[in-house]
Amino acid sequence: MDQFTINLLFVGSSFALYIGIAIWARAGSTSEFYAAGRGVHPVTNGMATAADWMSAASFISMAGLIAFTGYDNSSFLMGWTGGYVLLALLLAPYLRKFGKFTVSEFIGDRFYSQTARIVAVVCLIVASTTYVIGQMTGVGVAFGRFLEVDNTTGLLIGACVVFAYAVFGGMKGVTYTQVAQYVVLITAYTIPAIFISLQLTGNPIPGLGLFGDDVASGVPLLTKLDQVVTELGFNSYTAHHSNTLNMVLFTLSLMIGTAGLPHVIMRFFTVPKVSDARWSAGWALVFIALLYLTAPAVGAMARLNITEMMWPNGGINGGAVSVEAIADDPKYDWMDTWQKTGLLDWEDKNGDGKIQYYNDKNAEMQTLAEEKGWKGNELTKFNRDILVLANPEIANLPSWVIGLVAAGGLAAALSTAAGLLLAISSAVSHDLIKGAYNPKISEKGELLSARIAMAVAIVVATYLGLNPPGFAAQTVALAFGLAAASIFPALMMGIFSTRINNIGAVSGMLAGLVVTLVYIFLHKGWFFIPGTNSFTDADPLLGPIKSTSFGAIGAAVNFLVAYVVTGMTKETPQAIKDLVESVRVPRGAGVAQDH
Amino acid sequence: MSENSSNNGYWSANMRIISISLVIWALVSFGFGILLRPLLSGIAVGGTDLGFWFAQQGSILVFLAIIFFYAFRMNKVDREHGVDEE
Repeated sequence: MDQFTINLLFVGSSFALYIGIAIWARAGSTSEFYAAGRGVHPVTNGMATAADWMSAASFISMAGLIAFTGYDNSSFLMGWTGGYVLLALLLAPYLRKFGKFTVSEFIGDRFYSQTARIVAVVCLIVASTTYVIGQMTGVGVAFGRFLEVDNTTGLLIGACVVFAYAVFGGMKGVTYTQVAQYVVLITAYTIPAIFISLQLTGNPIPGLGLFGDDVASGVPLLTKLDQVVTELGFNSYTAHHSNTLNMVLFTLSLMIGTAGLPHVIMRFFTVPKVSDARWSAGWALVFIALLYLTAPAVGAMARLNITEMMWPNGGINGGAVSVEAIADDPKYDWMDTWQKTGLLDWEDKNGDGKIQYYNDKNAEMQTLAEEKGWKGNELTKFNRDILVLANPEIANLPSWVIGLVAAGGLAAALSTAAGLLLAISSAVSHDLIKGAYNPKISEKGELLSARIAMAVAIVVATYLGLNPPGFAAQTVALAFGLAAASIFPALMMGIFSTRINNIGAVSGMLAGLVVTLVYIFLHKGWFFIPGTNSFTDADPLLGPIKSTSFGAIGAAVNFLVAYVVTGMTKETPQAIKDLVESVRVPRGAGVAQDH
Repeated sequence: MSENSSNNGYWSANMRIISISLVIWALVSFGFGILLRPLLSGIAVGGTDLGFWFAQQGSILVFLAIIFFYAFRMNKVDREHGVDEE
């Protein structure tokens, strides 16, 4: 059986499994759609949250970004897990006590203002749309490789599948489908990592292998990796090369963004009790940590494997890999298959029949290249987003592992993309059109507007996904910045301050959202349209602060504006202060209610 | 239980546990993982230093411990103050 058939088999059977479970679970009772108060156990809820949360950014993209940057990209690891601490301590139990289904409802009620609710919905739509763009980038990579077509075709096919998946819709609400997706996703991620960790370090646990010894050379793996990459003129893997302030702000943005993402917060509304909401956040992080503790090992080990493949005879002095070897040696088949997607490419610039991979921006390497007659780095393109999917092929793992990874990557991208599209469509149809614009809209009209919103969102995301503002995880990081600057401060002030009033909260959210959005657009192009940017992240407007890190500043602006404006306007009514007091104690939490 | 949470024991106990937890949360990530890494560079861990380990493994493990500690402690505090769910 060839690889293509095996991939098809794995992807097909995993989808059959999800649909099968969805049908089986729905047959029981449609009212369990939200599973509210029906006793979803914290462990089950945690697993479902993990599946919902871990998207193309975590699965496909993150390890690649760590692999090619090293320590400096640790922000993704700390940021996307540390947010759960904030969620568990500062939001989840109180929002569960409040007992409604959506984040915008809490903001609308707490700040006793329809405007606050609408502003929250707008923030949600902006953050979610940006998030979907990142997912579409990942979907394009996964479908491109899996169907062996170029990236653009892969993305267009992927967009149709995501749309169909989202319209089928109900699947999203079925917790057990998400549990199945989690199992597929985590197996697909860890199995190749265990194989590779065993190959390189003899340790079956990748997170421990990362700090173990490289079996081939006997020196610690990370020391070996540092040697190999610095020899080629790249930054060492383990040292800190980036700006410290930017790294702190970036990590903080990802953390508070995590705690401000509506589709994650929503899951804590549906556990039976306040005490369960606390446990649920912990269990979600347990299941997320399984991937996040493995990802840095995947990155480091893949970087070592790739570098050694390009210099197969013991480093830079042994000579580079030859063009014939890439074409004929089965070890290098992955390069040929990935070249078809247009995301990997090489060119024998100096015509010596070998492909020299090195950092041609490094002055010392330029001198060396002059001596050796090299004409620049010949591994001309290596898209970071292909690393995780290509990893099992690079390490020469059995073909069933490659099929499994394809299924896992698609599960991650599709489940989150579809979930976000559903969130966007219900925000538009339910909160904006029905809630604000036309309360008398018929159920049919509401459904139609939901579908139209979904279609518009996917067209926009696909268009921008063709020319994405960054690699999948970077685009998703922008979405987190937007959520951090708008939603999180409003929720936190709503719970921890009885003072902040309606006008304060609305001004805060608007200020945070606008300032962050403008900063992002200045660096990534207006509405992410390429070429319309005035600055780049290589040389940002404000010192070292990149657009991906600005969410933390936006959040600070949000808090500040809310406090100042509250001080100048009318005091919060007593009834609202009482509402805040009641949210703070667990007793009396009923089942979550729809409105 | 008094109506105003600013002077009741339950809320101040909660705020105390949250503060301690968040100090540890910041210390292991922003502290050991980033800002204090140079101070930890003398402690070698598998080919690199302790700061690198905290940035890529340790902080995540501590985050887990914090959340479970908080859930355990708060569920107990709820009962002590008689505000747990019946």
